[in-house]
Amino acid sequence: MGFRQHKFGSAGIGLMMGFSMSITLFFPSFDFRSGVSTWVGLDKQLSAGRLIGFSYEDPLVRGDGKPVTVILDKDPSTGAAIDPPIRAYVYKPGTPFSPGINHTDQLGLGVEELSVNVGKINDAKPGDGIVFTIVKGEFNGEELDYVENATAVRGWTVDKVLSSVGDDAKRFVGAGKTIYITEGCWWCHTLLPEETQDWQYFGTPPYLGDFNGEMPTAFGSDRKAPDILHVASRNSSREWMYMHFFNPRLVQPNSIMPRFDYLWAPIGKGPSDARDASGASIDFPKWRAEYMTYLKGDSIYPPDVPEPAADSQVRALVDWIMTSLR
Amino acid sequence: MLLKLLFAKNEDIPVGSATIFFGYSSIFWFVVGTGLGSFNAAKLAFPDWVTGTELFAFGHMRQVHVLAVILGWISMAFAMTMMYMTPSLGNTKLWSEKLGLWNVFLWNIGLSLGLLLLWMGITSGREYSDLIWPIDLVVIFGVLLPLGINVWMTIAHRKTQGIYITNWFFGSMIFLTIITVTIGQSPELFNLTGLTEAYLTFWHAHNLLGLWITPVAAAIAYYTIPKITGNPLYSHRIGHLHFWSIIAFYSTPASHHLMSAPLPEWLKSFASVEGVLILIPAVAFIANILLTMKGKWSLFVENVEIKFSVTGVLLAIPLNMQGGFQQTRAINWYVHGTGWIVAHAHLALLGMSTFLEIAAVYFGLQAMLRRKLYSLALANLHYWFVIVGFCIYWISMTIAGLIQGAGKIYEVPYIDVVIAEHPYMIARWIGGTMVFTGNTIWLYNMWMTAREGTIIPDGRYAHEMAYER
Ligand code: HEC
Ligand code: HEM
Repeated sequence: MGFRQHKFGSAGIGLMMGFSMSITLFFPSFDFRSGVSTWVGLDKQLSAGRLIGFSYEDPLVRGDGKPVTVILDKDPSTGAAIDPPIRAYVYKPGTPFSPGINHTDQLGLGVEELSVNVGKINDAKPGDGIVFTIVKGEFNGEELDYVENATAVRGWTVDKVLSSVGDDAKRFVGAGKTIYITEGCWWCHTLLPEETQDWQYFGTPPYLGDFNGEMPTAFGSDRKAPDILHVASRNSSREWMYMHFFNPRLVQPNSIMPRFDYLWAPIGKGPSDARDASGASIDFPKWRAEYMTYLKGDSIYPPDVPEPAADSQVRALVDWIMTSLR
Repeated sequence: MLLKLLFAKNEDIPVGSATIFFGYSSIFWFVVGTGLGSFNAAKLAFPDWVTGTELFAFGHMRQVHVLAVILGWISMAFAMTMMYMTPSLGNTKLWSEKLGLWNVFLWNIGLSLGLLLLWMGITSGREYSDLIWPIDLVVIFGVLLPLGINVWMTIAHRKTQGIYITNWFFGSMIFLTIITVTIGQSPELFNLTGLTEAYLTFWHAHNLLGLWITPVAAAIAYYTIPKITGNPLYSHRIGHLHFWSIIAFYSTPASHHLMSAPLPEWLKSFASVEGVLILIPAVAFIANILLTMKGKWSLFVENVEIKFSVTGVLLAIPLNMQGGFQQTRAINWYVHGTGWIVAHAHLALLGMSTFLEIAAVYFGLQAMLRRKLYSLALANLHYWFVIVGFCIYWISMTIAGLIQGAGKIYEVPYIDVVIAEHPYMIARWIGGTMVFTGNTIWLYNMWMTAREGTIIPDGRYAHEMAYER
């Protein structure tokens, strides 16, 4: 039949795609795999659990099946003081592990060896309930942070750790990041300071090993609002955060950030279940009416922002901001 | 009616049914999608407009708008044009009308379900891949694969010897898009994490735009312009230059979306260089189409389809100039993450791509219904609403972007930037609402065309009869 246009064409497309796929997928994969987890990377994945977003353990994306981060200033077994305080990541029985525990090669050279050999992370089984911590160790003359199975190494069980601290020390970081994703904060905010000028105001950019095991990374591509990768170092006031989430115009009259007053509901519940710390349900119409009189200038003070309950969504969100975005 | 046809024998389904169902679905999603866009724009201008429930919060609505216009309007309009252009360019019939109808059916169901879940906040948290993985599988197996099979089989059963450039684009771009979507969703399917996930998210986003939304729209212009003007395409060879340079250059610059992430530097530099090379296919395409218009420029005024198509091609000029240069590091540093990019995105999707598709949907629905457009005046009104609304949108967001860029590099406190942008946010909302209004007019016009349009006699074309009473 002589010249067959489509055969020639198909071969050409195959060849070109092969070429562009090698350059854009195959070669970069070596660079990605060479990333060695930093402390930030380990902290992110241990506090977030297996993944954020739709998953088997959290099909409704409410923040279920996530570990609890605990700030320890004394050893739960011996009672000895720990200074500065460290973070323990409590995986109750059944909570799926973060990716680096299941696939240790994702931790990177050195961190993997230390975590497996010294930190005994391979002994951990999801059914048991495990407490992890991050400790420093040496690999080939280099100081690295690695993951330790504190239940196996130090005998810190889930119950011991949880009962040794007050509510203040418990941080629902994984649930908080889930809210960041579902509420679409990342359509306005970014988690990736850009080169040069940005760094002076919003802080250092993330490093190569800061993402190992994170899913999704949610850098954000569109910035209508400040970068918040390090917001807690600029502003560490929980009071401010609560007022700002309830109604951003209370603290920043020109803000275009939406009100997130419905986050006063407990995790997994809708806005109609919103309650304050005392358990009383929040009367939004009344609050808004009082706010309008304040806006008109008929009252000097705006109405008070309700104290969030310990199991509220906004508490988890602020936990995440205060713990992870430093 | 659709249900009856879904279970009919393939031979009994009237020719053009798939085109018609795809056509009306796409217009429906266009109205829904732009309505959501206008709602979002209002939220950014007046944040206290509708509050108190998470369902109407900006963060719950934005991705619904984006995916409704991309998967509902743009991609369905593509499918609609493929259903009638591929067979007519191969001098044959569509391989299977029945598969086409199942395709529309699954597409509408899958998309509605996916958007509903997204709206409720059930998302994977990855931009442009926001749909959760079970819905991604529906997109791959219920939407793209059946479409691909229909188009490939129609091309294989053609009765002409060569393959026209439009069909080259259709056949290969569906194939590449299936690959793009499958690889792009692999982080969710296989739980890939970290930078790999971030990179694949934008690899998918980039290739969706570069290998689907813009080239297929261009392919449509290669059909509509010669068909309606009656001029042969200026050069099939330049068409092939366009085709091959898209495949070679535009499948690689994904990492220009992540210039400040710790990706390998060589990859970013490579992306910058490849991205500038987009000017080659762009110039080839624009020149080829505008030269085809030779001697028929009066149709730009007289004929609605040509009016839309040529406007789309003209909008491709600023689009590619922006696209080529804004990914060089110097410029990217200034505009990244600002409203400039939002303006650019709408120039590509609402400007170039949408205008070319609107023309093809007008043309195809009249040809397949065998009915003349109900009202030419309404169609012109539609054109002016969309073009004026789009220009307001584009100009206001470009200015807002430049303000943001300046604020970024001169370290202006962020809130001052928010204040300075406010008037442009309102302008964007007004412009977008005009586009939405134009589209409701269009939906009405096409509805009336199906019911009351003059029947076109055999052997004639709708556009020839446009001014006959
Ligand atoms: C419509 C866009 C938008 C959305 C959505 C949004 N924000 Fe904001 N946010 C802003 C703007 C604008 C500012 C700056 C003005 C201000 O302080 O309110 C801001 C400020 C902030 C700040 C203070 C930043 C600083 O530098 O002091 C934090 C923290 C914050 N937002 C967190 C969030 C979280 C968490 C969410 C999701 C629940 C969210 N934002 C959703 C627009 C948005
Ligand atoms: C078919 C036409 C349209 C298409 C294809 C389209 C597409 C898109 C895309 C791809 C984005 C994401 C942009 C980005 O990430 O930078 C987006 C965002 C947006 N679109 Fe549209 N759009 C269309 C029409 C409209 C209309 C008519 C409006 C009404 C005003 C509108 C308002 C918006 C808004 C407000 C956003 C959010 C921008 C932001 O986050 O800053 N769009 N659209």
